[in-house]
Amino acid sequence: MRGWMGKFRTLALFGALTLILSGCGVDNLSALKPKGYGAELLLDLMMISIAIMIFVFVIVMAIYAFVLIRYRQKKGQEHVIPKQTEGNKALEVIWTVIPIILLLVLAVPTVQATFDLADQSSQEDESAMTIEVTGNQYWWHFNYPKEEIAISQEMYIPTGERVYLNLKSSDVIHSFWLPSIAGKMDTNPGENMNTMYLEAYEEGVYWGHCAELCGPSHSLMDFRVVAVSPDKFEQWKEDMQNVDPEATPETTQAQEGQELFNNNCMSCHAIGGSSAGVGPNLTNFGNREKLAGIMEPSKENLVDWIVNPDEFKPGNNMPANIVGEEEASKIADYLLQLKHSDVGNDIPTKNTDK
Amino acid sequence: MSTTAAQKGGLGAAIWDYLTTVDHKKIAHLYLVAGGLFFLIGGLEAMLIRIQLMKPDNNFLAAGLYNEMITMHGTTMIFLAAMPLIFALMNAVVPLQIGARDVAFPFLNSLGFWLFLFGGLMLNVSWFTGGAPDAGWTNYAPLSTTSPGHGVDYYVMGLQISGAGTLIGGINFLVTIVNMRAPGMTYMRMPLFTWSTFVTSTLILFAFPALTVGLFLMMFDRMFGAAFFDVAKGGNVIIWEHLFWIFGHPEVYILILPLFGAFSDIFSTFSKKRLFGYSAMVFATVLIGFLGFMVWAHHMFTVGMGPIANSIFAVATMAIAVPTGIKIFNWLFTMWGGQIRMTSAMLWSVAFIPSFTIGGMTGVMLAAAAADFQYHDTYFVVGHFHYVIVGGVVFGIFAALHYWWPKMFGKVLNEKLGKLAFWPFFIGFHLTFFIQHFLGLMGMPRRYWVFLEGQGLEAGNMISTIGAFLMAIGSVIFLINVVYTAVKEKKVSGDPWDGRTLEWTMPSPPPHYNFVQTPLVRGLDPLWVEKTEGKEGMTPAEPLGDIHMPNASILPFTMSLGLFIAGFGFIYQTDDKTWLVAAVVGMAITLGSMLIRSLKDDLGHHIHKEELEEDIKKGVGK
Repeated sequence: MRGWMGKFRTLALFGALTLILSGCGVDNLSALKPKGYGAELLLDLMMISIAIMIFVFVIVMAIYAFVLIRYRQKKGQEHVIPKQTEGNKALEVIWTVIPIILLLVLAVPTVQATFDLADQSSQEDESAMTIEVTGNQYWWHFNYPKEEIAISQEMYIPTGERVYLNLKSSDVIHSFWLPSIAGKMDTNPGENMNTMYLEAYEEGVYWGHCAELCGPSHSLMDFRVVAVSPDKFEQWKEDMQNVDPEATPETTQAQEGQELFNNNCMSCHAIGGSSAGVGPNLTNFGNREKLAGIMEPSKENLVDWIVNPDEFKPGNNMPANIVGEEEASKIADYLLQLKHSDVGNDIPTKNTDK
Repeated sequence: MSTTAAQKGGLGAAIWDYLTTVDHKKIAHLYLVAGGLFFLIGGLEAMLIRIQLMKPDNNFLAAGLYNEMITMHGTTMIFLAAMPLIFALMNAVVPLQIGARDVAFPFLNSLGFWLFLFGGLMLNVSWFTGGAPDAGWTNYAPLSTTSPGHGVDYYVMGLQISGAGTLIGGINFLVTIVNMRAPGMTYMRMPLFTWSTFVTSTLILFAFPALTVGLFLMMFDRMFGAAFFDVAKGGNVIIWEHLFWIFGHPEVYILILPLFGAFSDIFSTFSKKRLFGYSAMVFATVLIGFLGFMVWAHHMFTVGMGPIANSIFAVATMAIAVPTGIKIFNWLFTMWGGQIRMTSAMLWSVAFIPSFTIGGMTGVMLAAAAADFQYHDTYFVVGHFHYVIVGGVVFGIFAALHYWWPKMFGKVLNEKLGKLAFWPFFIGFHLTFFIQHFLGLMGMPRRYWVFLEGQGLEAGNMISTIGAFLMAIGSVIFLINVVYTAVKEKKVSGDPWDGRTLEWTMPSPPPHYNFVQTPLVRGLDPLWVEKTEGKEGMTPAEPLGDIHMPNASILPFTMSLGLFIAGFGFIYQTDDKTWLVAAVVGMAITLGSMLIRSLKDDLGHHIHKEELEEDIKKGVGK
């Protein structure tokens, strides 16, 4: 498959196109800057289709321009009656057959890529990892059943390996989209579970979006996928498996926060490997790159969020004013010191335009 | 007769005339005004959306309101603007093009309009009663079934009522074209606009029932406690997606095909040439209509149908590019060797070709199922379907309005203002939507209330908003043109464009019985055939005699009004059962009107030979 497409790349037009388009968008978010197997495959497919389409467009526009310039009515020709042509069999056959051929050229790699991305042959292998992804209004939960790890909002995967995702939703339909690694797949409620796979080529923090309208905060349902080398991933796994949800924090402020958290928040949230609750699992919260997927992880933001989450994510399910501002501040201290694993912290986040 | 009544009785009589009319030409006016009004509302919603997306993290609209805005923009533009404007053209032109005195079922024609209008009003009432529908125009379950408030109920009832109107309209045109063609007007002599109306009506006949079924399921889920889409009770949310798109995909062909027909007539007229490859054009139209039913699941590549279904629907979708390509080339070769007159109608048509070609190309790109994993539900898709719907349908409506305006109102729209409206709209259109393809690939999903800073999406969105304002300016200039033309322009003859088809054989606007004598059609482009033989008008196919015409009736209006009232009853009975009174009263009005219609004989009236002779003296029939 790749070799076949590799030949295409040698075409000058093709290379130029890739170059132009790769200037678009920021790293780790743009589908035009692939950093994983799926995204690269899809960009190749897009390039083939764009090349064919530009070819067709140029021909149409050449005829179009010629006709409009050559056959504009000129002064004094108002009474000229042009020849009333009925048609031309040869021409009509040509513009029927050539598009069919062009479409076949596109259809073959399309079908190949479609089957390639749906390939689940290695999912049952001993070494294969499957992550259960659950879309919720408006956050993501990632469960590693074999490894007995549960985490929300930021998924960790090893580079260079196929990681399977089993996608489901707990409420309405969402769509898991990771443009720079693998495209998207819907998360459906009920029995309609979907499977896709990720294969990141290099370490990085990749941005993901929800891509199916799911309510007022649809546009705020971002997530991150942190790809680290297999060694580091082993380390992360070990860290996560050894999380002690009961660990006592250092400062008294945070200790009080822990107690407040246990009394007020644990009915929905969890820390450690237990399965998804009503709200996000907060393991390793202190190392999250973003708060609620969208905000800078400052203490100030966190306090505001705890007191009035609806202001930041309209329509979300977390009630406002469970605790006052002062208590929220203590809870924030507790949550921000939850640093269960520093794996991935050394990866620079390349999210700028430059 | 009804026209004279309107002239004598002043405003009240004119309103009564329009409320009761069954004349296809007046129903065309009604569709045009109502569709135009909804087009403005939908356009206003579009502007608010673009202002919200002008800069990152904008707070111009609240999140919930934004979702209502996008839902209503899509729903309004598709169902309440594009559809009725197309029906306006079909009503104004098709009976004239085939040499008929009216449509097959004039009463139903009126009923179709009033159902559409009351359905559309019902949808828009939701703005004032606690919130419009907010689950997107696709209304996917379970977001729609769990949406709080009554917004989605309005969607369900409004579309159900207006959808019934559309279905009635479609059947009506189907029967009209099959049964009411003038002698000699064989199928393969019909103008392309009539052909495409025929195919479109067939699509309506088969596509709208799927929507009706879906809406009924949704209605029972939301209002009567059913669980078709409730996963917890064993329902399945994907069923809605299938039903919606089994309707929804043919719907886009329902929108574009009539305009393909209009473009064909316009290219031919303003190039002074017969349509190149007429039979291929007809064949391509039919084929697009047929294939249109085979491809609905390409809207669902990411739903998880599996690679086999995805591949089949991908290849089927690509196949549609072939007949569409045939059409593009045939249009180009219609102009080839012709005498092109760049009128406003032609300008919009000429602009359509590159715009629609781009839309078609991105359509083929989207058809590549795997690549759709990146495109799906992003601004790439938004860019694509606006290129097809604005670049195809809206350009087509503008072109067709310029072209047939003299036939509808007796005056040619001012050409200078016409071109002045075109340029900002055309430039604005490309500014708005071309960049959106890139925004999508750069990681911007569609229906995003805000986009965040630092994702490289700022410039593109700003450009898009600027373009939208240019489009708004173009639309306003068009409106000014309508007013200016009505006030300042002079009446023109019945054939201002040197036309080729039957509608140009009669005065503008035509008398309400259309043809004094049914014409004899002797070939494709019947008027052109007569012109080349040096004749002034058509050869009549019948002697001058009494003409039988249908009577006006208020019943279509009351039937629709009854459903409108009943709709509120159904919506609000979930809060309070006393609202069922409204449902009963409304249904009583509707069923009572139907009873009257069934029991009271209405045999129509005759226009006598003497009156016709009077009219001929005044210049009708030349």
